[in-house]
Amino acid sequence: MATLDAPKIVMARADYDDSYTLTRYLETGGYLGLRKALSMFPEAVAGEVDAASLLGRGGAGFPAGRKWSMLRKSPISYLVVNGDESEPATFKDHYLVERDPHQLVEGVIIAAYALQVSQAFIYLRGEFALGLERVQQALNDAYEYGALGNKIFDSDFSLDIVVHPGAGAYICGEETALIEGLEGKRGFPRIKPPFFPAVTGLYGEPTVVNNVETMSNLPWIVMNGGAAFAALGGGRSAGTRLFALAGTVKRPGVYEIEMVKNTFRDLIYDPALGGGITKDRAIKAFIPGGVSAPWFGPDLLDLPLGQDEVAEKGSMLGSGSVVVFDETSCVVRAAWRITKFFSRESCGQCTPCREGSGWIERAMYRIEHGGGRMEDLDLLLDLCDNISPGLAWPPQQTTICVLGPSIPSSVNSAISMFRDEFAQHVNEGGCPFD
Amino acid sequence: MSHLRNDLRQRAEELVALYPRKRSAMLPLLHLAQEQDGWLTNEGIAEVAELTDTTPADVRGTASFYEMFHLEPVGKYMVSVCTNIACLLQGGEEMLEHASTSLGCPVGSTSDDGLFTLEEAECLADCNIAPCIQVNHRYVRTTTPETFDALVAELRDGKRDHDIPAHGTLIRVRRSGGLRASKSDVATERADAKAARAKRDEENK
Amino acid sequence: MTDVKSTVTISVNGRSVEAAPGELLIEAAERAGSYIPRFCYHPRMEPVGMCRMCLVEVDGPRGPTLQPACYIKVNDGMNVVTDSEKVKKAQDGVLEFLLANHPLDCPVCDKGGECPLQDQTLSHGSGETRFIEEKRHFVKPVEIGELVLLDRERCIQCARCTRFSSDVAGDTEIAFAGRGDQIEVATSPTKPFDSVFSGNTVQICPVGALTAKPYRFTARPWDLEQAESTCTTCAVGCRVAVQSSGNRLTRLLGVDSEPVNHGWLCDKGRFTLDSIDGHGEAIDPLNAETRIREPLVRDGDVLRPASWGEALERAATILKDAASSPNGVGAIGGAALTNEGAFAWERFVRQVLGSDHVDAQFGDGLDGGLLQALPKATIDEAANARVVMTLTGDLREELPVLFLRLRENFVQRHNNLIEFSFGPSGLRPVAAVTMPVRPGEAHVVAKALTTNDARVAKESTVTDAQLDEARALLGESGEGVVFIVGRPNFAESAVVMETAIRTLAERFTGAKFLPALRRGNVMGALDMGLGPRLRPGHGYDASCEGRDTLAQLEAMRSGEQTAVLLLGGGLLGNVLDPDAAVTALETAKVVVVTGHGGRTLAHADVVLPAVVQHERHGTVTNIEGRVTNVTPKISSPGSAWNDVAIAAELAEQYGQSLGLDSVELCAKVIEETTGYPALSVMNDLSDEGAVVSRVKERIERRALDPMAFPGIKSTNTVGLAEFSGALVGGPVTTGAPRAVATLEGVAAGRGVEVGHYDAYGLALHVSRRLYDHGIAVQGSPALANLVARTTALINHFDLDRLGLVTGDVVQVNAPKGPLSLQVAMSDETPRGTIGVVFGSLDEEGHDGTTSALYDPTSVIMQMKLETK
Repeated sequence: MATLDAPKIVMARADYDDSYTLTRYLETGGYLGLRKALSMFPEAVAGEVDAASLLGRGGAGFPAGRKWSMLRKSPISYLVVNGDESEPATFKDHYLVERDPHQLVEGVIIAAYALQVSQAFIYLRGEFALGLERVQQALNDAYEYGALGNKIFDSDFSLDIVVHPGAGAYICGEETALIEGLEGKRGFPRIKPPFFPAVTGLYGEPTVVNNVETMSNLPWIVMNGGAAFAALGGGRSAGTRLFALAGTVKRPGVYEIEMVKNTFRDLIYDPALGGGITKDRAIKAFIPGGVSAPWFGPDLLDLPLGQDEVAEKGSMLGSGSVVVFDETSCVVRAAWRITKFFSRESCGQCTPCREGSGWIERAMYRIEHGGGRMEDLDLLLDLCDNISPGLAWPPQQTTICVLGPSIPSSVNSAISMFRDEFAQHVNEGGCPFD
Repeated sequence: MSHLRNDLRQRAEELVALYPRKRSAMLPLLHLAQEQDGWLTNEGIAEVAELTDTTPADVRGTASFYEMFHLEPVGKYMVSVCTNIACLLQGGEEMLEHASTSLGCPVGSTSDDGLFTLEEAECLADCNIAPCIQVNHRYVRTTTPETFDALVAELRDGKRDHDIPAHGTLIRVRRSGGLRASKSDVATERADAKAARAKRDEENK
Repeated sequence: MTDVKSTVTISVNGRSVEAAPGELLIEAAERAGSYIPRFCYHPRMEPVGMCRMCLVEVDGPRGPTLQPACYIKVNDGMNVVTDSEKVKKAQDGVLEFLLANHPLDCPVCDKGGECPLQDQTLSHGSGETRFIEEKRHFVKPVEIGELVLLDRERCIQCARCTRFSSDVAGDTEIAFAGRGDQIEVATSPTKPFDSVFSGNTVQICPVGALTAKPYRFTARPWDLEQAESTCTTCAVGCRVAVQSSGNRLTRLLGVDSEPVNHGWLCDKGRFTLDSIDGHGEAIDPLNAETRIREPLVRDGDVLRPASWGEALERAATILKDAASSPNGVGAIGGAALTNEGAFAWERFVRQVLGSDHVDAQFGDGLDGGLLQALPKATIDEAANARVVMTLTGDLREELPVLFLRLRENFVQRHNNLIEFSFGPSGLRPVAAVTMPVRPGEAHVVAKALTTNDARVAKESTVTDAQLDEARALLGESGEGVVFIVGRPNFAESAVVMETAIRTLAERFTGAKFLPALRRGNVMGALDMGLGPRLRPGHGYDASCEGRDTLAQLEAMRSGEQTAVLLLGGGLLGNVLDPDAAVTALETAKVVVVTGHGGRTLAHADVVLPAVVQHERHGTVTNIEGRVTNVTPKISSPGSAWNDVAIAAELAEQYGQSLGLDSVELCAKVIEETTGYPALSVMNDLSDEGAVVSRVKERIERRALDPMAFPGIKSTNTVGLAEFSGALVGGPVTTGAPRAVATLEGVAAGRGVEVGHYDAYGLALHVSRRLYDHGIAVQGSPALANLVARTTALINHFDLDRLGLVTGDVVQVNAPKGPLSLQVAMSDETPRGTIGVVFGSLDEEGHDGTTSALYDPTSVIMQMKLETK
């Protein structure tokens, strides 16, 4: 059974219809974290975040506190919030910006104070029309309330936050591409090194980029202390986390649960969470952390929801999205559709990603629609190997950013785990599930 | 002679002023140009180039990177049906096919009456209500052919104008407030705070 | 802690390699003999790491990983493997991906035979494709500009052309559009690719995606022969590979010269080849497309072909008759000659004709003595200077590749530019300080800069803040400052700019100067003494009373000078007042030495055909004083001779010997008598030439990477040559001692009286454009229709005051009667100024505008406008 006694840290206002309003926010303890933070020294605030062992919730899982402390040596110019949530089947940030924009704004102000930054940008996915409006309204309210702008709550700290609407490009979730988008350019990920925007970020200046969920945790962490957060979860995976559950489950949705103490089986089957597979069918496979991640079979259902635990088994917790395939789902079609996504969203810079994704997508389409050859399977694996040599996880890459090595994950998983199903497609001249 | 209407031109100039560098306002300005014209006209692109100190080729190239910017005219309603993995598993492809039949236009095209443009979307991050559909980037949460058709009828009748503005209008909430202090004042404030902390560190030693 | 190493040691395939800290791995490995394949990397642009062809294994914390050598910088102890199986598989994989959608149209592709993608495929590719899907299709080819076509199917998305456009040229007329495998290079539908640098994108394209219309389908690379030379279309002195097929010039490619052009060319230099040999059909000597193939003599109204003997005799007679009376003869022109040709003609005019009236400039340049007296900067110094101040016209239009070199200084190195702004300028967006300067005011502004409190006149367009900022940047002595000085306005007496320049030179003694004169070998011609007070080899004779071009034309009109020797046929296309020049030429006898036809020949009595660029041997000198060799690639049509030979033979008609029996001998005489490094440069093709009056700097030639500038063939003269190491002495080490110009000397008796500004009038500014009415452009059909129409540029302030809007036609009350002009708003034009482009065409296709506006009696020209 799932362990569900942890406090709701970022979904505390889930039951209120008006959770996005300043009134509701203030009634439920809003902006108290900020007031407390402003009474502390900035380093002390950063210290609490460090003590919380808060891992970044964007996908890479880099410790937020460490990200900040790396920068301590030189002053930071800009704080940028990554709200370009576009990883397929990931929809937790969507929830947070629409349902609790003040919590996000408060988190951003706290982070800006800790980093002593006077200019922050919230880059939100352009398709979040409502979210954009809610966050802009929250900012307007915060300015008026005195939580933002000049001399916040009469302290000597001032901050400006600008909402920056994206315009439909998955790759802008990659933090250097996001910075390019913020600079008004095509969202081409930047070459590395420098590996971190902290060194050369927005306008070439030191910049911190953090995810929406990461920011949303900060008010609670400041109010309750980093240690309280770190006491939740287990191992390196401290605290609760939002998991977006999708696919063929009875109750798809966003769930905030403690990490490590719960397993994939808990998330998928607990009646309070996923509630089991649609029509009580058998589970065929699941993706543990967004479509960039290699797939798991039912044998790994009891794996704890922890960053290191998943990594040990050759995949990643990534963006916190879990996609479930039941026994009637066609894995060829699923892998093809995911590849089609990467092909559409490849920025086009690196040859292996640009050309490889299109090639693989067309070959997968052929197999799904009856034009497959058995030799296509080895060809596909070899093409995948040319994008991500060795096909291991964490991946090696031949590309600037990790979109490249994300392409092979599904195709490689599908062929390795379900070679028979591919053979059936080839032999029957089409999809057996149609 | 601005191509943008006076009110939009004013907002455009405010947007440019929000950023440390003009070019940063590129995406918001392109949204603004679409708000006026519904898509990106040559005139709109030229004005954005002027506002950001760039060239039309540069603006067009930048805009074409982003799916939400349209270099050809589109309908009053952009209907986006997701067929990505979560929706695929919940009938996204079938919904797209239905939408095409119902609206009378192939995927990627505009209906004859110029009202609807249908596109196959990538994941729109609302996977618990699949298959996911947006109209002008507003979630409509219709997951069955029947509710979809009812929505289309409402749109045709103008009954959704209150929550689904014509294509191009993205953020209806205007920014108010903002940091009034000059950049140099802020810099001074930061420097003072830093000096105070250094002094305290010194004392603590 | 202070142990900063000057070199680091890395291991490449087990071999130890020394490299500079921060050097790119791809460069270090190549120097060490391990060439790493690449497509997108270009040594003259920032790496983007897009093609991924250069993946090699680099040891790191996670063991060896594949890293792109084009943007990884070397670290001490770095262990690199470029030839492992893993590297080979990765590179083969990239090549296979690149070919997946690439069309199989090599047989009809211009690039076939010199295509890096084709070459790599042949040497590394598998020979058969595993790609059975449908290839990507685009409409092909698209004409994206007057000169360039784009085939998107062939494009491999290396971003070389787009990077060049945005980062090097700064005009961003082409950019990537779309994304993923639908990414393409695109222009704006409202703005074609008409950059004056467009040809560079064609040259650096590693496939046949961008092709040049003039070259397209004209030749196959394996049929081309090549010689390295210097482009003399303008005075920057870009090094070029001149390619021909048979005896027909086919293509000019930029060669990467470290001190000068970095491989870039402008389109005028690149595409004017057909003015040399593309139009053998034209026979009318008055047509600029015509090559003069044989001597011509005038019989009444017609120029008829004649033998060399007859023509030389006629010419000698004309000149001899004229020379018999004082001031009866002079020579004009010579900026298109080689140094040797200029030297020979100088000797002929001064020694045989006994005249001091020689001038290689057309009244649109600067005093040769002043130029001599200034401390000179090289192009490299200007391109690295802490502060650059321009007192020039739009350098993008006048000296395009100098513009590129300078722009890099401000964009990449963030150094500061101060502009004396007379009108539109390509450098404006990167200038730190822009001071709008009205005609007749440059010397006043210069004066104000030399003092700490003086202000320009109250009504000036230059603000106090601008002056303060400029002063702060210039510093006390001007150390680290390079002034670039030219003639921004031909409707203003030269004395204004000359006074401004002298004022700055006297005050900022630590600064250096780079002249921005634009005509091909004008610096060499002046150095060879083709100027009123100049003497060969940087000599100066202050007492000499020789006449410049405008004075000679006046003397011809008055009847005092009865004959003129024109060294080149471009006089009428280059003087501000061609109508007055026509009167002069009609009054006097005219001998023209030229290889090109043109309307000036309508007034010739004798035409002696000379070989032109790419047909002749010799040396030329660029704006910085760099002497380089020029090489004949083809033989001239008909019976044209080298200028040295023509001058020598003409002297023979007088029974005199110039002692210059060959170009080589001429170069030898130049070097022996003046120390000018003509012969040593001509003989030593292994380095980047020599800068006159400087200790020769060691400039190693960059090894030629066929990927960097595809199409240039490796020859003895391109790349990899050893440096000879010889030093050229300081100023004039051999030959007779001679006077040199000084700032005080050239100032004598030259004051400026501008007079008052007419509050209701506008002062005329006449500027230069690249595509003009000169012979090179007019003789090249590829470029001739790029010449701009006449529009008068006026600041919005004045337009408002006059109640005008862009597009209105106004009547200008010009000195020679009313003239109609269309006006356009330009806030780059200072208030109180009306800007007109020299040589631009009016609605009927005539270029007489400036002639009508010209008033030689005034320092500046003011005019009133009347609304029609």
